[in-house]
Amino acid sequence: MNISMKQKAVAMVFSLGLMAGCSSTGETVDEGYTDTAASGQDGSTVYGGTDDGGISSGQLSAEERQAAQERAEMEAMRQITTFYFDFDTSEIKPEARDVLVAHAKFLAANPSQQVRLEGHGDERGTKEYNLALGERRANAVERFLIVNGASRGQIETVSYGEEKPAVMGSTDSAWAQNRRVELIFQ
Amino acid sequence: MSNRINTHRFRALKSGLWSLVLALLVSAGPASAELLIRITEGADAAIPLSVVPFAESGAMPAGDNVSTIIRDDLAMSGEFRPLPPEKMLSLPSKGDEVFFRDWRMLGQRYVLVGQMQREGDRVSARYELFDVNRESRLLGETASAPVSNIRTLAHHISDKVYEAITGVPGAFSTRLAYVTLQNVNGKPLYKLQVSDVDGKRARIRLDSREPILSPAWSPDGKQLAYVSFESSKPAIYLHELSSGKRTRIAEFKGLNSAPAWSPDGRSLLLTLSKDGNAEIYKMDIASRSLKRLTNHWSIDTEATWDHRGRGIFFTSDRSGGPQVYYMESEGAEPRRITFGSRYNARPRPSADGKYVYYVHQREGAFHIARTNLETGEETVLTRTKLDESPSVSPNGRMLIYATQQNGQSVLTVISADGGANYTLPASEGDVRDPAWSPISR
Repeated sequence: MNISMKQKAVAMVFSLGLMAGCSSTGETVDEGYTDTAASGQDGSTVYGGTDDGGISSGQLSAEERQAAQERAEMEAMRQITTFYFDFDTSEIKPEARDVLVAHAKFLAANPSQQVRLEGHGDERGTKEYNLALGERRANAVERFLIVNGASRGQIETVSYGEEKPAVMGSTDSAWAQNRRVELIFQ
Repeated sequence: MSNRINTHRFRALKSGLWSLVLALLVSAGPASAELLIRITEGADAAIPLSVVPFAESGAMPAGDNVSTIIRDDLAMSGEFRPLPPEKMLSLPSKGDEVFFRDWRMLGQRYVLVGQMQREGDRVSARYELFDVNRESRLLGETASAPVSNIRTLAHHISDKVYEAITGVPGAFSTRLAYVTLQNVNGKPLYKLQVSDVDGKRARIRLDSREPILSPAWSPDGKQLAYVSFESSKPAIYLHELSSGKRTRIAEFKGLNSAPAWSPDGRSLLLTLSKDGNAEIYKMDIASRSLKRLTNHWSIDTEATWDHRGRGIFFTSDRSGGPQVYYMESEGAEPRRITFGSRYNARPRPSADGKYVYYVHQREGAFHIARTNLETGEETVLTRTKLDESPSVSPNGRMLIYATQQNGQSVLTVISADGGANYTLPASEGDVRDPAWSPISR
């Protein structure tokens, strides 16, 4: 259940990423839309689907329509709050970048909004090294958010290392889901 | 009631006694019998030895039997193979009842006999150890303890027997600190506990809904340092065991982790990231002043002093992955120690300085390995696959580490060269992060 959840999330990030990229060029692309919504165990929810916010497009100019569409896309992307990493790395995956940009823009637009970045590792290796690695992952996300408009004062980071796995078990799939940074908006 | 154990050595039945007194730490906190013991493997070259059931006069506490505990201790070490009492041809309780020929016939190298006596609130044991081949007496002593501390008395005798035969002090009177994790009402519950080395007499020292990790013993065995997330961030605490008094000594921005005591007990090595990323610092406990010992963009953590208290072993990923490094003196240029694979971390030196033990990845599995610091030779000691947190016994003969068994985290004890072992599973949930106490004097 969890792996399919992750796959959906990755698929969503990827498709929304395409959308955002295309919108900026002014083209209209419909393939990016899918009609899925999935709830995660950790409280994060991934939404997709055509979301025009109840706006009747006929009454809006092309620019307004595009702006509303972009807002909706950003809103949808911001539902993704967990980001995954490979073993012993803190490199942000390419498919996570657009979603993190959406989070950064939201933070820039809402200066009073605080976010806590919780870094985690899988159970393999040593506890204290994993604590440092979890911090390095959280710091990588923090830097990315700041470069993209968030301010340092909005962000708090903490590493739990391997102490708080999202998924129990000693499988590649469980490990992949546990090597993560979670964004917790406060 | 006094919580002391008194020991007397007697040369003959009427010889003059001299005594030495061992102060014992008082156990405080709620009892928690949560560890079970499972001996999984005996050493090939274990020495055959008989612990004859001790004769008893006066009422003895129910449950704990001194000679049974001694037998279990010696078997646990992996260095002895105690004879089951039902195979004994006679049950002597003092020297002049020992017929060496009987014990030779049974293939025994050593025989321990003894007598227990109740004296008010105390129990005393008079015991003698014989070398069967030489037909000589190696030990003849009395020891006493409060009735409530009969296990302490038994472990003390085990230590004496172990030392008389091997020449190395026993570590049966030492303790383990560890962290258990249970799921209670759908939420994790972490408990920092201290028990005897056989897992008995466990006491909870701290419980928390947030993680507790990396307990480290002060050199006098009176305090623990550890990391607790109880304030929603990692902080390092000192915890005095007798009083339960706690002091939060490090709560800087970022990481506060991996505490390790200096051999003189005056300072701690810590990993802090307050200056940007994980670096190793030395904190003077009295003044709280900090000295930074590493300066590198990589992760530097898991520091520990060497056996002399001068150099420092630590983990760094400055070469690309975590490896063990050694710093000859505080702040000196580190030298890489491990080369055998891509992941070697969390060093712990042996008491004699000859070896360093650490977590070693090989073919996707994580084992405990050691490197001989003179020859550079690396030996993988374990066959289990998700091993971490190695901690060497204070006499250097055994090593405890955390691993997984049937999806549960357990502690495993092996001899320091990788031989015999036993596991200490929690009766429910996980047990991890073991730390072997020093020998209390």
